[in-house]
Amino acid sequence: MTTTEVPTSAEGNPIGFGRMHRKEDARFLRGQGTYVDDVTLPGMLHGAILRSPFAHARIVNIDTSAAEAHPRVRAVITGETLEGLGLAWMPTLSQDTQSVLATDKVRFQGAEVAFVVADDRYAARDALELIDVDYEPLDAVVDAKKALDPDAPVIRDDLEGREDNKIYDWEAGDAEHCAEVFDQADVVVTQEMLYPRVHPAPMETCGSVASMDPVSGKLTIWTTTQAPHAHRTLYALVAGLPEHKIQVISPDIGGGFGNKVGIYPGYVCSIVGSIVTGKPVKWMEDRAENLMSTSFARDYHMTGSIAATKDGTIQGLKVDVLADHGAFNGVAQPTKFPAGFFHIFTGSYDYDAAHCNVRAVYTNKAPGGVAYACSFRVTEAVYLVERMVDCLADELGMDPAELRMKNLLRPEQFPYTTPTGWEYDSGDYPRALKEAMRLAGYDELRAEQAERRRAFEAGETNQLMGIGLSFFTEGVGAGPRKHMDILGLGMADGCELRIHPTGKAVIRLSVQSQGQGHETTFAQIVAQELGIPPEDIDVVHGDTDNTPFGLGTYGSRSTPVSGAAAAVVSRRVKDKSRIIAAAALECSPDDLEWEHGRWFVKGDPDNGKTIQEIAFASHGNLELPEGVEGHLDATAVYDPPELTYPFGAYICVTDVDAGTGEVKVRRFIAVDDCGPRINPMIVEGQIHGGLADGVGMALMEVIAFDPEGNNLGGSFMDYLLPTSMECPSWETGETVTPSPHHPLGVKGVGESATVGSPAAVVNAVLDALQIRSADMPLTPAVVWRAMQGSPLRNDLAIE
Amino acid sequence: MQVPDVFEYERASSVDDAIALLEKHGDEARLIAGGHSLLPMMKLRLAVPEVLIDINDLEGLDHIRIDGDEIAIGAMVRHAALLESALLAEHYPIFADAERVIADPLVRNRGTIGGSFCQGDPAEDLASVGTALRGSAVIRSSAGERTVPIREFHQGPYETAVGDAEMLVELRFPIRTHIGSAYAKVERRVGDWAVAAAGAFVQLDGDQIADVGIGLTAVGADGFTCPEAEDLLRGGPATPERFADAAQLCHDLCAPVTDQRGPEDYKRHLARELTRRVLHRATARARGEES
Ligand SMILES: Cc1cc2nc3c(=O)[nH]c(=O)nc-3n(C[C@H](O)[C@H](O)[C@H](O)COP(=O)(O)OP(=O)(O)OC[C@H]3O[C@@H](n4cnc5c(N)ncnc54)[C@H](O)[C@@H]3O)c2cc1C
Repeated sequence: MTTTEVPTSAEGNPIGFGRMHRKEDARFLRGQGTYVDDVTLPGMLHGAILRSPFAHARIVNIDTSAAEAHPRVRAVITGETLEGLGLAWMPTLSQDTQSVLATDKVRFQGAEVAFVVADDRYAARDALELIDVDYEPLDAVVDAKKALDPDAPVIRDDLEGREDNKIYDWEAGDAEHCAEVFDQADVVVTQEMLYPRVHPAPMETCGSVASMDPVSGKLTIWTTTQAPHAHRTLYALVAGLPEHKIQVISPDIGGGFGNKVGIYPGYVCSIVGSIVTGKPVKWMEDRAENLMSTSFARDYHMTGSIAATKDGTIQGLKVDVLADHGAFNGVAQPTKFPAGFFHIFTGSYDYDAAHCNVRAVYTNKAPGGVAYACSFRVTEAVYLVERMVDCLADELGMDPAELRMKNLLRPEQFPYTTPTGWEYDSGDYPRALKEAMRLAGYDELRAEQAERRRAFEAGETNQLMGIGLSFFTEGVGAGPRKHMDILGLGMADGCELRIHPTGKAVIRLSVQSQGQGHETTFAQIVAQELGIPPEDIDVVHGDTDNTPFGLGTYGSRSTPVSGAAAAVVSRRVKDKSRIIAAAALECSPDDLEWEHGRWFVKGDPDNGKTIQEIAFASHGNLELPEGVEGHLDATAVYDPPELTYPFGAYICVTDVDAGTGEVKVRRFIAVDDCGPRINPMIVEGQIHGGLADGVGMALMEVIAFDPEGNNLGGSFMDYLLPTSMECPSWETGETVTPSPHHPLGVKGVGESATVGSPAAVVNAVLDALQIRSADMPLTPAVVWRAMQGSPLRNDLAIE
Repeated sequence: MQVPDVFEYERASSVDDAIALLEKHGDEARLIAGGHSLLPMMKLRLAVPEVLIDINDLEGLDHIRIDGDEIAIGAMVRHAALLESALLAEHYPIFADAERVIADPLVRNRGTIGGSFCQGDPAEDLASVGTALRGSAVIRSSAGERTVPIREFHQGPYETAVGDAEMLVELRFPIRTHIGSAYAKVERRVGDWAVAAAGAFVQLDGDQIADVGIGLTAVGADGFTCPEAEDLLRGGPATPERFADAAQLCHDLCAPVTDQRGPEDYKRHLARELTRRVLHRATARARGEES
């Protein structure tokens, strides 16, 4: 593997001007961003959704007459209205269907039942209370572990021939070989764990403004989407609208985290509302609606087993998963992989064998599963393996850092094919772990912990201390067309680069920023390749009429896929600029050398042309060689040959009050290797945010359900997000191992910290308490109960 | 956006005016102080008042001062002012202890002590502070003023001694010597309501406990306190063993309900653990061993 051809991000030599301030920040800091809710059109009406109070109930009758009589109401749309248009159900991103407005039954609390269009948003909300729905409540399936009981109510009786709540069984790895390895192992440790249902809770909730022009037949929809092009194609397929008459505009997006990948009933309702009324219709959900009905994440019940020799050589890993998908299978995964990339669960270690089985079930809960920096279920996978390794360390009485160091893949093993078929591109794992231990002062921490233990046992303190590790490997940048598609759409990204005569540039991309800083990062990539200053480069995204096709921003794919496209398209421009420079300098292209945005004649550095001069010449009357067209514009479509595999070593230090169960994260050390860093500041921002996510999930976030299926996380009073007070001052470090197949060597980092950090926090708390198991979120009550040996079920109402 | 139902809005110019407006609009009217309890309930349409009477303009309700042998706190004093008050820090550090863990700075800048008491939420922190200190509440109506002991103020969840056309105007706390006070709370996250909390003052006479007050929040303690534990301590020595016994009584006699903040047994445990801790801290403060 080579490490020299690509620029490294060791400070001083980052890609394209490195740690520059974000170009988009000027408008955000001035409060001049334009979010969907800022879009106001002449004559615009407002929609609101009536939602089910029941988790499972038959709809007997819906009486909308009183709402229709409200003086400011323009239309009331029900499932029956939609049925007439063939829109009562829509496809999900996973070959299932989902009800837009319920016709037969409601299947989760918060399910969409009716849509009111009124002159203003207040009237729309008031009118919801005038709709009279007659429900016949049914038993709800709340506990995923009981979803397949013979007497469980069948949730999806709308699907032909459906007699139970099973969605799929899926496996990866070699079960037989795995069984042999386990049979012969010295040590086998088995552990159950739950990665509970959490919610991405972006600051901006979901919404849309739909405007159907009755004359041209063109639909324009401003909407909160991370994947504008995928949405356009889906609208075309669902509603039968011609695709060239649909414009999806994703303006500034206030956070996505996967929450804004799928299509929600509200979007469809706003479109129908606009068709019915002939006016633009805005729909913007409130916080409770966002938490209760839009895409959740995780909800994986996992039982892992790890096999090893007595001296701590890991030999095998297997896991059984029960996946709670809610009422509709609404995850967004490449078609081939119903459980996403979960089978990357072998993580960062070498094994003889591995096997997983994932069984997915319907329950009476909101659909989703795509969300929250899911990395296509890599988050669950990393949590599983990193918890299992700690369980093994506990069983063997070995230091968890030592056990990891002993089993990490070695640099010379790359490219490495895992027992479940992933081909890791590059890595130097021991180097990253050593760096994290150095930054943490690992040995001193262990010494301090031992002293604290002693004081605790002597009754001098009730504060315990824990040190937790996590080493993660992600597979990101979906994905190679040969392996990956979503609903038949391949995952290659287009890109267009236009160079104006004066040498200013516009790059058009299919991905859509939700806060990741694309307007800066992509400008920096072009700047690196062409020597045009980033401020002279405009990044256009989020508008399907003005950008080439691509599948959008999620799964940490923007820089691995569209970033590569940006590099490739820039290189095309550069290649052409060489020919034009040669024509201008009256020499052969082979005689030219490139430096800092300028071609010059070899051995005669004063004799050259800058990219700006070349741009002008390309638009002017310079005589060009046979067959060479004018202008410098170029397009590219990047089909990633493989995924990229970022990795990192995390160490968390916690203090635990043994008297109350309260946990404080004292320190968090994160060493990330995402290849070269384009803008190190933006990368660190992504890591900081992900670490806060991780602390939130580990310590406080969960959506539980009571026996009737009532959502117990429907507001920010119940669904807790971490604040600055729960976050220590993050300590970040880096190693740089470029991806050998990415044009810039970069690997992606958007989800790394979310993926890697929860296990470190949980491991730290359990390390403090010297117990092997407790499930997230580790609230004081959960910690205390775990200490008493009577753990709580975090997915259900506390009993 | 969550929006409340339609309501009328009036701005009171004086306490008498506020009371007159309450009388005029009847029991569908509600006073609004900081709005940090009332507005969230209105947005969720759990409260649907027809008229809001804003008392934020009223003067003479924002004092924290010594009045005779008591400290008097006006009903419109904001949480932030309680947190920062030097007078309270001197006499009753329990206030700053509690305020530091009530909500967040935004809420504390607007929420008032009067609103906190009148809301009557079983998880309200100031309710158990006031109960521990055995203060009193001054309530005004068109018929005049009456004073109610704080221990009789709360009459059940969300029910208080303040009648329909009445307004809470002041809270009063006796000044005591040789005392220390403290508050401790367990929350799932900064800004969250209490899983459980306890407050106490301890008045020492040498090594003996001359007087003691205990307040308990969010554990279903009758009247936010546990008189049996106070009785056990009063008149005896201030020792860890006796603190533990008193704390055990709080554990045994409170009646917490299980919810997503924690199961009943855990909340009972906290009633004990936190009572023990605040008794220690209050005593250490009374002895001048801790600030
Ligand atoms: C996010 C958040 C977190 C919070 N966390 C905590 C916490 O951890 N601990 C805690 O104790 N509290 C907490 N609170 C509540 C906060 O302390 C409120 O400010 C307080 O409970 C109510 O005070 P207010 O002035 O806002 O009252 P308002 O909301 O204005 O009024 C509350 C009720 O009291 C009545 N009222 C108000 N003033 C008077 C008066 N003078 N006379 C008669 N009736 C009156 C009103 O009519 C209304 O019924 C939190 C609030 C929020 C929004």
